[in-house]
Amino acid sequence: MAQQHGMVEKRGLGIWMTHAFMILGVLVIFFPIWLAFVASTVTQPEIVKPPMPLWPGDQFWENYSRALFSGVNVPVATMLFNSLVMAIGIAVGKIIISLLSAFAIVYFRFPGRQTFFWMIFITLMLPVEVRIVPTFEVVAGFGMLNSYYGLIFPLIASATATFLFRQFFLTIPDELAEAARVDGARPMRFFWDIVVPMSRTNIAALFVILFIYGWNQYLWPLLITTDPEMNTIVMGIKQMFPSGDDVAEWPVIMATSILAMIPPVIVVVSMQKLFVRGLVDSEK
Amino acid sequence: MRAEIGPHQIYWGRALEKRVTFRGWLLPILLIAPQVIISAVFFFYPAGQAIWQSLFIPDPFGLSSQFVGFGNFEFLLSDKFYRKSFLTTAIFSILVTLCSMIPALFLAVIADRLIKGSGVYRTMLIWPYAVAPAVAGVLWLFMFNTRVGVVSWYLGQLGYDWNHVLNGGEAMGLVVVASAWGRISYNFLFFFAALQSVPRSVIEAAAIDGAHFWRRFFGIVLPLITPTAFFLLVVNVVYAFFETFGVIHTITAGGPQQSTTILVYKVFSDGFVGQDLGSSSAQSVILLVVVGLLTVIQFKYVEKRVHY
Repeated sequence: MAQQHGMVEKRGLGIWMTHAFMILGVLVIFFPIWLAFVASTVTQPEIVKPPMPLWPGDQFWENYSRALFSGVNVPVATMLFNSLVMAIGIAVGKIIISLLSAFAIVYFRFPGRQTFFWMIFITLMLPVEVRIVPTFEVVAGFGMLNSYYGLIFPLIASATATFLFRQFFLTIPDELAEAARVDGARPMRFFWDIVVPMSRTNIAALFVILFIYGWNQYLWPLLITTDPEMNTIVMGIKQMFPSGDDVAEWPVIMATSILAMIPPVIVVVSMQKLFVRGLVDSEK
Repeated sequence: MRAEIGPHQIYWGRALEKRVTFRGWLLPILLIAPQVIISAVFFFYPAGQAIWQSLFIPDPFGLSSQFVGFGNFEFLLSDKFYRKSFLTTAIFSILVTLCSMIPALFLAVIADRLIKGSGVYRTMLIWPYAVAPAVAGVLWLFMFNTRVGVVSWYLGQLGYDWNHVLNGGEAMGLVVVASAWGRISYNFLFFFAALQSVPRSVIEAAAIDGAHFWRRFFGIVLPLITPTAFFLLVVNVVYAFFETFGVIHTITAGGPQQSTTILVYKVFSDGFVGQDLGSSSAQSVILLVVVGLLTVIQFKYVEKRVHY
């Protein structure tokens, strides 16, 4: 790598300038998160009398335990749990139904196959944001308001994962299926013993992407969780702001914001390689 | 990421088929059933309802509705606020795309020059991507809050009176920056990957010929990463259209005087807050057409990319 760069790489002052620019960029990008963290460790009076400090205070445990165990409308711990259920439900649900349907489409010829394929394909085109009113009515009709089913099901009706798995299955050598057939293995046996193990990396990469997709949902939970006990953390933060002229409880709200970003950040940073791969796969 | 829209990953018309398949039709139908049922119930039925409802006006008591044909659409297209919302969406999308792509490209070019340490910077720069748009909205609202905001306070010290609650231009600026912020990470990753794949030999050859850095960048590197840039352009416009609801709802709620009411926000505010189902459905149908157009653009792009 070093040799490859050698010719065009600046040395000495140039390289320090480059690092300096990079660090500056990172600091600017990071500033909003840093400020939120500082605000979550100081007292309310320190914030409402601007300018607030730019270095963390000593109220970390007080603010975070207040947020987690009492919150404003509902303890943040409850909202975290709801978000976790929703994000994992969406990720796992999408992966399971997509693995099954992609397997059916790739490895079978059955009546209506093309029609089903097109049905699934069209769902790519219409985000929830566009069809909110009628989808809301359907979910309400099923009595699924304020339920995990209502949070999860409408969001797993999407085809991205199906197409990714289809693409991948098409690259699995035909010889494997041939051998399985000669051995008299049933299709589901082939699915479990060959297809699923081979898709492990794709499944993991997709899980990272879908977990974040589910965790970061805002509009849908806002519509269907009228009961604070069912709020997810991302939509619940906005509900913590007072409606009238009262001053918002900034330290608790900012502690909640930090808590809301920790799980997806951990997933992204710790599984960075998989995440980048998943991102590139799902967009290309 | 756009998990809902992403047909560009299908190689259109190039669908390969397996030579070896299994026999039977009951099993595959059972396997595909969960997805088909969920799509039918939560997708096709609601989408059909949106189209159907867009042709009616419900009476004030909600007891019956009157068929008006394209009346809702005619009304919408002549509605001053709706047309303004189109313009707002266009301005918003262009600004979000520029504000997220230019800094990302700049950072990616710098990171690409480093031999060591680019991994550390990448890890740091990925963070904002994981932050939900709605949470990003709260963070930026906090910085620019008219009472307690740090940035607005310092602006005040400099003699600038920041007030996005009353000033439409400032409100737009704030939602643009808050929306673009998380996307910088995303664009950075793609630009960085594209830059890393530019052959070193080409750049070295130019360097030997005496082309300095910016000359090499505009003459060689930029043309080579154009496909990535164009792809990001489309994806970012789609993002600005459909995924920024959280930012707008947390920061401005569409105000002041609807100056930040983008089309998706209007579907929500007319349908749920204003309870105008006919109009909201008609807006959904119009957005459907917009999504369709963007999808076609994406496909055209995929074709180009394949030939590239």
